[in-house]
Amino acid sequence: MAEIALTPRPPKTEIREASAWDQLKHNRNWLGFWFMVPALVFLVFFLAYPLGLGIWLSFTDTRIGRVGQYVGTENYEWLWDDAIFWLSVFNTLLYTFVASAIKFGIGLYLALLLNENMPFKAMLRALVLIPFIVPTVLSALAFWWIFDSQFSIISWSLKQMGLITQNINFLGDTTWARICVIFANIWRGVPFVAITLLAGLQTVQPSLYEAATLDGATRWQMFRHITYPLLTPIIAVVMTFSVLFTFTDFQLIWAMTRGGPVNSTHLMATLSYQRAIIGGQLGEGAAISSAMIPFLLAAIMVSWFGLQRRKWQQGENND
Amino acid sequence: MTDLPTRSLDLKAVLSGSSPTAAKDDHSEGMSYLQSVPRRLVTLYLPLSIIVIILLFPFYWMGLTAIKPDEQLLDLDKYNPFWTWNPTFKHIYKLLFESYYPYWLWNTMYVAVCATILSIIASVLAAYAIVRLRYKGANLVGGLIFLAYLVPPSILFIPLATVVFQYGLFDSPMALILTYPTILIPFSTWLLMGYFKTIPFELEECALIDGASRWQILIKIVLPLAIPGLISAFIFCFTLCWNEFIYALTFLQSTHNKTVPVAIVNEFVDGDIYRWGSLMAGALAGSLPLVILYAFFVEHYVSAMTGAVKE
Repeated sequence: MAEIALTPRPPKTEIREASAWDQLKHNRNWLGFWFMVPALVFLVFFLAYPLGLGIWLSFTDTRIGRVGQYVGTENYEWLWDDAIFWLSVFNTLLYTFVASAIKFGIGLYLALLLNENMPFKAMLRALVLIPFIVPTVLSALAFWWIFDSQFSIISWSLKQMGLITQNINFLGDTTWARICVIFANIWRGVPFVAITLLAGLQTVQPSLYEAATLDGATRWQMFRHITYPLLTPIIAVVMTFSVLFTFTDFQLIWAMTRGGPVNSTHLMATLSYQRAIIGGQLGEGAAISSAMIPFLLAAIMVSWFGLQRRKWQQGENND
Repeated sequence: MTDLPTRSLDLKAVLSGSSPTAAKDDHSEGMSYLQSVPRRLVTLYLPLSIIVIILLFPFYWMGLTAIKPDEQLLDLDKYNPFWTWNPTFKHIYKLLFESYYPYWLWNTMYVAVCATILSIIASVLAAYAIVRLRYKGANLVGGLIFLAYLVPPSILFIPLATVVFQYGLFDSPMALILTYPTILIPFSTWLLMGYFKTIPFELEECALIDGASRWQILIKIVLPLAIPGLISAFIFCFTLCWNEFIYALTFLQSTHNKTVPVAIVNEFVDGDIYRWGSLMAGALAGSLPLVILYAFFVEHYVSAMTGAVKE
């Protein structure tokens, strides 16, 4: 023991002055910058730059394989007189409004149903979400087959029931084609709306309903004066997302109709693909996509104010 | 009405149904005993079963078509179209051994895994910096990332096609691996920011006092605590990649490079009247991996979906 106590202790490491490097290592802004680099590289090179480039391309006459010249607003003037473009704008608005409204209605209804107590509740909720998981294109193909002009199972069933005598030409008739793509979009969107609203519903205190029941409120009054006001903020956000994704939809249409018959289901996104990639007119296609931006900005504004309102309802510091 | 008490979102409860409500404490059925059974049958079970049947029917139809013999597919009068007594694996065999389907499946998987891993790494760093380093302008950057989430691929694909061509990435999986993160990073950063905020920063303060660097804190303290969030982000990003269509359609050309969604739409749709069997088998096989993944991680999936909306 004594020897150990006598051996000289190793010299303490001296406390250095904090060098510039040390200070830098603990500087939040410096560190924060380096932590942000990977994300920023992706977002700048593959999101911000293409976004600007797209707007620039819309003012040029670029084609595939040829660098374009600046042509001013010629593409837009051309589109202004293009009946097919206006038809696609009309289709997009129709598609977005009808599909979003019905998705909201059915989604909210389904959320209310799923919020009830019943056997196999967890399994039902999991099953409902499946249409949202499966890749859109693949379920669109299933719908393509279900809506086939000759072998449609719907036509067959209706014929068996004696309701119709001829097969319905689902995807060959302009009105039917619109109904079919809107139906497929609703089918895919309802689970998302329902499950997110269900999450919102579960934040409502059951005691509120109990109190309302004691006061003699009907089920409609309970929905109107308890459920709906408490859900408004989450509805605002969910519907903004829903509108945004419906408005810019591409894959469902492309897999089911490719814009046909006679352009009756062309959305702005599918038209820009057809003009730019298949037709080779990159400038014109870019002009069509750029024309979508004002609509998107409107949707984002709604979302922003929806979020603000939610913050205000829950108190500012709810982190 | 705004000062009604609200409970915070409980995501596990959304799916498991085991919501920690007052109802569970006393009697499990809540207030539902106030309704008679016939009434519940009409107002609850009937509409619910109609909706669920409509939501699931396309998958039944997909599966049935994939195993039906050809003659039964097209002759609706002689055979009952809703069932088959002699299933065949011909379509699936054709799909797996006489087409490029295995390649497409591999491409999809490869692109999805690589893009997801890249995005998660970038998002973890970005989310940590925004939430915890709180550098100057962190809030602004957070807002911009949220805006980036709202920029849809359908207005980016034309300029991106020219960019991809300039960088010489056209028709290679790298084109997708590098462009998919623009969809994934905003989403997963936003999701992870929510998770990191829930980790008490007293833990980090302790670590800082003990001399840990920010990097060590992130790796040894924050990440292990955020594993549920990471799984959610990973699964959701993977699904988004698998689902992505317009970039894959635009940036890939050769048959063997394509991903499943694009390849099925372009390569299987020929004039053949008997194509339906293999087409549906292809759609089914392309959906199954995601459905299986979903079955294992339902809760994480829902928390990812609602998490993005919650913030």
